[in-house]
Amino acid sequence: MKHTLSVLVENKPGVLMRITSMFARRGFNIDSLAVGPTERHDVSCVTIRVDCASSPLEQIEKQMHKLVNVLRVAELVPGESIERELVLMKVSAPPAKRAELMALGEVFGARVVDLGPDSIIFELTGPPEDVDSFEELVRPHGLQELVRTGRIGLGRAHRPNRNRPRQHVLA
Amino acid sequence: MRMNGADAILRSLEAEGVEVAFGLPGGAILPLYDAFARGTTVRHVLARHEQGAGHMAQGYARASGRVGVAIATSGPGATNLVTPIADAWMDSTPLVCITGQVRSNLIGSDAFQECDITGITIPIVKHSWLVQDVEELPHVLKAAFHVARTGRCGPVLVDVPRDIQEAEFDFSYPDTVSLPGWKPPRRGHERQILAAAHAIAAAERPILYVGGGVLNADATEELLVLAETARLPVVTTLMAKGGFPETHELHAGWPGMHGPKWSNYALNKADLIIAVGSRFDDRVTGKVSAFAPGATVIHLDIDAAEISKIRHADIPVVGPLKPVLAEIGRILTDARRPGATEPWLRQIAEWRDTYPLRYRRDGDMLKPQFVLETLQALTAGRDDVVFTTGVGQHQMWAMQYLRCDVPRSFITSGGLGTMGYGIPAAVGAKAARPDATVVCVDGDGCFQMTQQELATSVLEDLPIVVVIVNNGYLGMVRQWQDMFFEERFSQIRLTHTVPDYAALARAYGGEGFTVESEDDLEPALVEALACGRTAVVDARVDPREHCFPMIPAGAAALDLVEFEEVVTKVGA
Ligand SMILES: Cc1ncc(C[n+]2csc(CCOP(=O)(O)OP(=O)(O)O)c2C)c(N)n1
Ligand SMILES: [Mg+2]
Repeated sequence: MKHTLSVLVENKPGVLMRITSMFARRGFNIDSLAVGPTERHDVSCVTIRVDCASSPLEQIEKQMHKLVNVLRVAELVPGESIERELVLMKVSAPPAKRAELMALGEVFGARVVDLGPDSIIFELTGPPEDVDSFEELVRPHGLQELVRTGRIGLGRAHRPNRNRPRQHVLA
Repeated sequence: MRMNGADAILRSLEAEGVEVAFGLPGGAILPLYDAFARGTTVRHVLARHEQGAGHMAQGYARASGRVGVAIATSGPGATNLVTPIADAWMDSTPLVCITGQVRSNLIGSDAFQECDITGITIPIVKHSWLVQDVEELPHVLKAAFHVARTGRCGPVLVDVPRDIQEAEFDFSYPDTVSLPGWKPPRRGHERQILAAAHAIAAAERPILYVGGGVLNADATEELLVLAETARLPVVTTLMAKGGFPETHELHAGWPGMHGPKWSNYALNKADLIIAVGSRFDDRVTGKVSAFAPGATVIHLDIDAAEISKIRHADIPVVGPLKPVLAEIGRILTDARRPGATEPWLRQIAEWRDTYPLRYRRDGDMLKPQFVLETLQALTAGRDDVVFTTGVGQHQMWAMQYLRCDVPRSFITSGGLGTMGYGIPAAVGAKAARPDATVVCVDGDGCFQMTQQELATSVLEDLPIVVVIVNNGYLGMVRQWQDMFFEERFSQIRLTHTVPDYAALARAYGGEGFTVESEDDLEPALVEALACGRTAVVDARVDPREHCFPMIPAGAAALDLVEFEEVVTKVGA
């Protein structure tokens, strides 16, 4: 079972290392990880996709809470949050195949960001599942290179803001 | 006030009420030592090895209940602190380590004695700081002490580049810390506390399973009141030894790998386990899936991450143990069912009488158990004796035979199992409790890992008594090779005679005693305990003696092997 955690951290040196070191040491598996700034210059957001096959989510969250630089840990619950991911993919596109590929891209709302004599670069931003599907459909055409950013997300608009941290009630 | 970073470190330590720091100088920490020379109320104890300094700070912390402070230079000085930091991490000992670092402009250049100590120690500290601006220094130190002693105690590290120690600034020590991400729980959940109390009142076979947390929380009084109010038996782990009076009728011994059979029976056959600042360590539980199969679990701990980490907690209470235990005790004053636990207490007493610790006083060699029994007899009833130990068979015999009735009187390396812990920890404990008699029960192997701190003990006027249970072997390894590797002994022989420990003690300026017979033991111990100087008693004992009972690694606790029983179940 996989979960996405949105972790607000102090923007201090070494914070990411403390988190990844703790994950590695405790044998928690990271699927993807994205780090970036937030609306506050002193706070960064780490979005972590974790595989909870071996360790329960609760244990992972609690261990993260113990890190001094971690301000808040919240799960991005499917349905109650918006998740997005950006992918860039370079695909073989000989002139005869080009039209078909571009039509496929259009269905997913992917943009063509570069075009070469026999390859094409798509950019797609969307829910990670859409990115998965697009990748599957493009692969048979000759996927040369692909990079994904890892997912980021926010609680839905009607949900309380993350900066008023929800009181984490520990039994 | 205008001063440099080094002076500011000392003014900060003074402001924290630090009485003593343990360390050893070197290039990158020279400015701080220069500040020591200028004057401070902080006593500096010069260790002979930074590992010694670290364990001394641990011994000081555990004997006093205060934060221990260790100081080392960059590079090898800092890496020598890694073992004590790891030890303090595992045993939740509050420790502030201050290391020198190469100048800021050299960091990252592989400069002489440069080492990324904050990076190396990330997995074994609660938090660490590399100070990058002298203006931050007082805030960092304030935060360091705060983090080390709040929530679950543990080690922190402050790495200070040399130029920061030299930089001048206007010093003032902050009154408050700003750590927005550090929020240890301040009180237990009321409904959970109520649920815990009611479960205790309803139980037929409840037991308090107490760990080192009770000492860190200074909650031993509350524990005693609770146990007496509800008439609950108490087992104390190695880390909690002394946290509940061991001569009290409700004390049910020590659970785990070398705990007596009756204690393991009491814990494993309970219908309700009340874990208090303990963490279901594998050395206590044996095979987890077979541990206390019929028990409901109440888990009281300051660290939420310990709840249900190993064993599911039916009723968790996350919070400081002192008020939590007090509140549960208060509720039980009315809610308890008088007499409810008497049959259970009688059952435990019966197991205790049926399964006492056993060994045979035969042959012509001194028995290690007899050494511990004698030491116990000579110190019985004294509340001014503090024991420390090394790691191995002697440590387990110390657990089994010594009776500690007061908190902080038994200091040992539990979680990491660090050989060599005993002597420096004893020196640190003596610094914390100058009026106490501090006795290190050591192994001959352990002794040789940190013996050089005898020099510190002698020259710093911190006299300790070291009783070496000298079996001439890495005895615990010998026991495992004997029991689980078909007696294939490999690389364990130390000999009884090299070095000559008594002569070594005298070479360091202390007293030395060599004991080879039962008759010589008591006089030597009496003299060593009374002489007021650093003393070593080399008790040469039978190397064939094994520590029993034993739960083989991976076996169920109830399948423990008793003295003169054949090992039938060997675990993974
Ligand atoms: C630093 C360190 N190295 C190795 C070990 C593994 N080990 C555990 S007990 C032991 C033997 C200790 O020998 P000694 O001090 O003579 O104690 P004894 O078991 O003989 O009482 C060893 C090698 C350890 N715990 N710590
Ligand atoms: Mg030995």
